[in-house]
Amino acid sequence: MGSGGTAVEKFSLRKAYAEALLELGRKRKDVVVLDADLALSTQTARFGEAFPNRFFDMGISEADMIDTAVGLAISGKLVFVSTFAMFAVGKPWEQIRNSAAYSGVHLNIVATHSGISVGEDGSSHQCIEDMALIRIIPGTTVIAPADDVATYDLVKKLADQDGLCYMRLTRPNLPRIYEEGSDFQIGKAKVLRKGKDVTIVAAGSMVWPSLRASDSLKKDGISTGVIDMHTVKPLDSEPVLEAAEKSGFIVTAEEHNIIGGLGEAVASLLAERRPTPLKRIGVQDRFGESGSCTEIMDFFGLTPEGIAETIKEAVNKRT
Amino acid sequence: MKRFGFPRDQPPQKLIDSLNQKATQIRRDVLTMLAGANSGHTGGSLSAIDILTALYYYVMNHRPSEPRWPDRDRFVLSKGHAAPALYAILADCGYFPKAHLKTLRKIGSPLQGHPCLCTPGVEVCTGSLGHGLSLANGMALANRIDGKASEIYALLGDGECQEGEVWEAAMSSGHYQLGNLTAIVDKNGMQIDGTTKDVMNIDPVDDKFRAFGWQALVVDGHDFRQLLSAFRFAVQERSCPTAIIANTVKGKGVSFMENNLEFHGRAPTQEELKWALAELQ
Repeated sequence: MGSGGTAVEKFSLRKAYAEALLELGRKRKDVVVLDADLALSTQTARFGEAFPNRFFDMGISEADMIDTAVGLAISGKLVFVSTFAMFAVGKPWEQIRNSAAYSGVHLNIVATHSGISVGEDGSSHQCIEDMALIRIIPGTTVIAPADDVATYDLVKKLADQDGLCYMRLTRPNLPRIYEEGSDFQIGKAKVLRKGKDVTIVAAGSMVWPSLRASDSLKKDGISTGVIDMHTVKPLDSEPVLEAAEKSGFIVTAEEHNIIGGLGEAVASLLAERRPTPLKRIGVQDRFGESGSCTEIMDFFGLTPEGIAETIKEAVNKRT
Repeated sequence: MKRFGFPRDQPPQKLIDSLNQKATQIRRDVLTMLAGANSGHTGGSLSAIDILTALYYYVMNHRPSEPRWPDRDRFVLSKGHAAPALYAILADCGYFPKAHLKTLRKIGSPLQGHPCLCTPGVEVCTGSLGHGLSLANGMALANRIDGKASEIYALLGDGECQEGEVWEAAMSSGHYQLGNLTAIVDKNGMQIDGTTKDVMNIDPVDDKFRAFGWQALVVDGHDFRQLLSAFRFAVQERSCPTAIIANTVKGKGVSFMENNLEFHGRAPTQEELKWALAELQ
């Protein structure tokens, strides 16, 4: 990803996930983890090594994996299932809808490799629809952590949630935004910076580039706020409405199709509660393609420079 | 074990008679419910009733007064459209008042068109085909983790065996050697678009399960002697899951409903109910 300057140290979200799982597994005997032949990549294999009796590799059979997880959850287990986002949500959507969510059982799906930053594997593996697919199921929770610190804490918080919870992680390591040990609350956004002219509501991998865009926009005289909306559903409406009031212009940023994800959630909120000019940054309703992560993110404008440029254009149009 | 305390293949006649009587009563209840709802799946409910009767009135350890009893055997109705048969039995066992049967498929009823957790005694939501065996696998794995001796049963339709997930699940049950799991296929030979043979042949379905590492038994799904004997083999086999292929008749017990496709997804009219009840004495 273009960082626009000196090299920034980056950290793995998957590693943070694995470490949170290990801690949960040590604390609670009821934690069970399932994977679909991607355990080395998602890093759930580490849980499997530590707790072989509570880890099941289901092979390449995602529908079976989700329903098996529901059977375990309904028998009282705290279950985490993982695979790549495309296969965690796209393939077994109907199992998630009918067996998991409808039953009301608590089940956690933690998908890695969401979005276009998957890179070289191309569009078949770049899931830009996962948040939409889970958001439209009644009663679900959708989370997109912005860095490894948020991932670690939010995975642990999942243990005390209800219902169907979906967390999307991205493949590349990401710059750290939060201090180690930071505390998060599911459903409560982090207001990182307040802005007078515009506020970016970002999720997941787009939070850090939004902060950097805010830095550079400041030099151009545009005061830009940034909200980390790590929980995309249920959406924390208050900070968004407040930002709409204070800055009068909202931009959303997500590594997802602009349809069905964070942008649309914020658009719905604003349309109903406080109509405010809005610009949705994300994948503009098209498929991804192969390329290195850096090239892809550049191509789609999902970099600090790309976000700043889009905001400058939008602000200029408005004035 | 107290159950199956009879010589092999020789359950006492008294037991067989009482199960047959019970099944007839359940058939009457199911048809009355369906006619009252004026909606629902008649044929596949009737074909499954003897299997369900064997399970709930003899094979399974369960406590209607304590539906969540932790050591209960669990049942998954993977062919969720046979819900009326399950509901009639759960009510008769005492999981909920029999008066609820009149509310089947009506607004606000605990008896939804397909099973859901709002009905006492129902273990899991089903209805969309293909899910149940995977769900049962999860329950069987949970029992294994917890060192529980209880059994898991799943009832599948034969048309349902066309769903890919059934075979993903069968592979998993075989791979994890789930000896505490029994799947029953209600093989009534018919599905919405015609006979299973014509629409999409599933045979030899018993060999398919064997190929996935299961013990497979083929029985007459309306003969309690054979059913109880098969369940006894299933409980005794601890090293692999058991598939009981139960050959059944769609619409079993009512002459004009038997093997009649029309009654797959249609309830009897009040007049048809009268004729049917006259046959079920």
